[in-house]
Amino acid sequence: MIAEAGLAALWLAAALSLLQLFLGAAGVKPGNEALLRVARPVAVAQGALASIAFLALIWLFLRTDLSVELVAANSHSAKPWLYKFAGAWGNHEGSMLLWVTVLAVAGAAVALFERRLPERTLTATLAAQAAIGLGFYAFLLFASNPFTRLFPVPIDGNGLNPLLQDPGLAFHPPTLYFGYVGISVAFSFAVGALITRDVGPAFARAMRPWVTGAWIFLTLGITAGSYWAYYELGWGGWWFWDPVENASLMPWLAATALLHSVTVLATRDGLRAWTIMLAVVAFSMSMIGTFLVRSGILTSVHAFAVDPQRGTFILVLLLFYIGGALALFGLRVGTVKEGSQFEFFSREGSLVANNLLLSAILGIVFFYTIYPLGVEAATGEKLSIGPPYFNGFAGPIALVLVTMMGMGPLLKWRRDQFRNLVNRYAIPIVVSALALLLLMLFAPTIGVLPMFGLIIAPGVAAASLAPLWGRNLGRTPLFTWGMVTAHFGIAVSLAGMASESAFTKETLVALAPGQSAQVGPYSVRLDGVDPVAGPNWTALEARLVARRGDGVAVTLRPQSRMFSTPPTPTSEAAIRTVLDGQLYLALGEEVDGNRWQVRMWWKPFVTLIWLGGGLVALGGLLSLVGRWRRQRRARHQEALA
Amino acid sequence: MRGLLAALLLVVAAPAFADSLLPPAEYANRQLPDPRQEAQAKALMEEIRCLVCQGQAISDSDAEMAGDMRSLIRTRILAGESPEQIRAWLVSRYGNWVTYDPPLDPVTWPLWVLPGLLILVGVWLARKRFRRSKR
Amino acid sequence: MRRRLVLWTPLFLFALFVVVVAYGLYAPPDRTVPSALIGQPAPVFDLPPAVQGRPGVASISGDGQPRLVNIFASWCLPCRIEAPQLEELRRRGVPIDGIAVRDRPEDLAAFLATYGDPFRAIGADTDRRVQLALGSAGVPESFIIDGRGVIRHQHIGVINPADVPAIVAAYEAAR
Repeated sequence: MIAEAGLAALWLAAALSLLQLFLGAAGVKPGNEALLRVARPVAVAQGALASIAFLALIWLFLRTDLSVELVAANSHSAKPWLYKFAGAWGNHEGSMLLWVTVLAVAGAAVALFERRLPERTLTATLAAQAAIGLGFYAFLLFASNPFTRLFPVPIDGNGLNPLLQDPGLAFHPPTLYFGYVGISVAFSFAVGALITRDVGPAFARAMRPWVTGAWIFLTLGITAGSYWAYYELGWGGWWFWDPVENASLMPWLAATALLHSVTVLATRDGLRAWTIMLAVVAFSMSMIGTFLVRSGILTSVHAFAVDPQRGTFILVLLLFYIGGALALFGLRVGTVKEGSQFEFFSREGSLVANNLLLSAILGIVFFYTIYPLGVEAATGEKLSIGPPYFNGFAGPIALVLVTMMGMGPLLKWRRDQFRNLVNRYAIPIVVSALALLLLMLFAPTIGVLPMFGLIIAPGVAAASLAPLWGRNLGRTPLFTWGMVTAHFGIAVSLAGMASESAFTKETLVALAPGQSAQVGPYSVRLDGVDPVAGPNWTALEARLVARRGDGVAVTLRPQSRMFSTPPTPTSEAAIRTVLDGQLYLALGEEVDGNRWQVRMWWKPFVTLIWLGGGLVALGGLLSLVGRWRRQRRARHQEALA
Repeated sequence: MRGLLAALLLVVAAPAFADSLLPPAEYANRQLPDPRQEAQAKALMEEIRCLVCQGQAISDSDAEMAGDMRSLIRTRILAGESPEQIRAWLVSRYGNWVTYDPPLDPVTWPLWVLPGLLILVGVWLARKRFRRSKR
Repeated sequence: MRRRLVLWTPLFLFALFVVVVAYGLYAPPDRTVPSALIGQPAPVFDLPPAVQGRPGVASISGDGQPRLVNIFASWCLPCRIEAPQLEELRRRGVPIDGIAVRDRPEDLAAFLATYGDPFRAIGADTDRRVQLALGSAGVPESFIIDGRGVIRHQHIGVINPADVPAIVAAYEAAR
């Protein structure tokens, strides 16, 4: 009953989406203003119905209703309830339904709250949003129905892939989907603006909160994904330039450029064409990312359940959306009048450079990810492009970008002079020089990229705080705090990355109970290995006692775990976080009778990577709230006047 | 208790269908005594692709063959070979697919040209945005 | 004109992307890693016997004739499936040498007793050195190596009944 109700709600939502598209297409023509008024309620109703469908699916998973094929294939009655809940989107169909729901709810939010745009433009936006939704509704209803029944009903389900039975699953996909949907709303705004030729500050101000919100979620999603892979896969790696990882990074890069570009458009009426193009690119990247990950054309250690048939469907959607948007861009943007001009040495100039460098990095990541496939298509030769290429080419550009990030906010709008910059930048330069000196003295043998990272990060951290110097902090706008926090977070993250790269210590040993080994400042002793059991797994757990110098001894318990349904071995690392780094321990196989393989890492300051990511997202949130408050205050004053 | 341990050991240590019953190779999980040689070996291992995995380097893989390849690399470094020689040996066996760092050659040259090209194109696109300064 | 070029370039690049990606979707998925040594001399190796009473395997066969070198193991489940095909090849006159990867004599003996024994010689490659040296990326794989030690053909994976004629043809060509 619930499944059928969910399916019915989904069909209704799809029908409303179709209606929304027609209303928009007809309503932008002159003389049809009455239709515009209907568009908003339709969007709200669509959001409600999609939510009902999704809640139905959650209900089915929580009750482990095995008569539904999706539940039987992906869940199990013995699973902890959190993974029954999160397992609803831990599979292809469920995650597509989550996407569509968030998309529909976002459209409803735009319909309910956006009052600044002319009705025509808003309706065109809602129509574009509906067009996007329709493609996914069709995909769901015709190729990925989450509500199909199964007969005969099995005794129990197949269970959830053990690597996904982790709080990371509850958090990582929804965050990324909120990000992708936010980007699609920004895209709809861009399409709406292109269709009605209304590209200007008003459009930018309407689009900006969606871009900021989406960007916050993408930042959180990538940060969480990185940390999840770090502790789950058992080898301490936090980024491999794997195709699935790149698929999530590319929209973020575009969204970051868009975020900065839309601010220039909103406040200075500049960069019109760039902003539109970046909105199209950001959305394209999120769609392409989805495609790459689900189609199976690229091998990845983070592989989803792939299906070339689904890949074809998404490819067709891609053709329509991106092809259509790019064609529209080609046709219309020539007629968008360019905004105000500015000099190269100005804040606008630095934001253009920012756009440029981010786009270059995006281009590199995209091209390098696709290149092996292109080579195989053209010549049949198999090629692997990995971290050496990505780090080698995108790395230096990223370092230049971060350096400029420290300088940009210190420049004045419209026109500035180089000698002013040198004055303001004195302290950061001193900080970096100090870092350089310390590194030359104490760590002259580390690699080139990490060395530059360690020199640049403290300087840029100091520079990112510079906009606050000499200001009355109590009266500094919240969005300035946001910018400062986000930029500071980037510098922190860079410091963590460089430190991990340069200073990680690794020890691989086979220990018998009673023996110990050294890793970094820690001495680690194996006390024994015990069998343990959990709700759906059994494991061998090592008792490792770690001591730093003559400090307190701490027991860590890494496990070599075997899940029951489906039977899968995993390695559960034990991590101890202290102020200046993490001790990461993993258990391997038994060798030589009674000795055990133990893998140990001391990773100095590695937590800064994700702490920085969190700060970046926080900065975005402060910005979002700050602008919202300013807007409310402005409207309040307007009402009073 | 010991019976339970043995039973669990069997469950956990049971080979996946693609693993043998022999113990891991000598240097699969053992570091070289000289830290500089170990660093060389590790740097190479991080750039050699696991032949039986879904997109991992042999430094990060639990697969048995990855362990055998790690052992091969460490043994050869110990014997005095350079990382580049070992990489070349592997490439002569498996083609460029086995290295994550293929050399500059007629197939990979676009990768080397692209970054500079992108920046140049970006600068050219952006040049009209700027107003000439009045000095 | 130049502006139009700039604006339509993204669309063109996207079309290129779609073409490449369509290839990825529709071309037969080929995850195998072929050896790069096909057509070249096999590296010199000389493996000790893996079972009692049978000689080991070297890079150049003792009689200077071509043969099929089958890389297998007792713990390899698909290897059991190709045993009948190997027997068929032997019947057709193809000499078969085996290289047992990471195997123990007792397991190997049990495997041969259960699934048949078409091998005239079996070499023990307990640390995979020879398998890696040949450019083989898994088990089972088979190579046709000619009398002078040059690798002429590689078959990756299980030998199915439909593959037998091609392998016999490759063997004949190597003579």
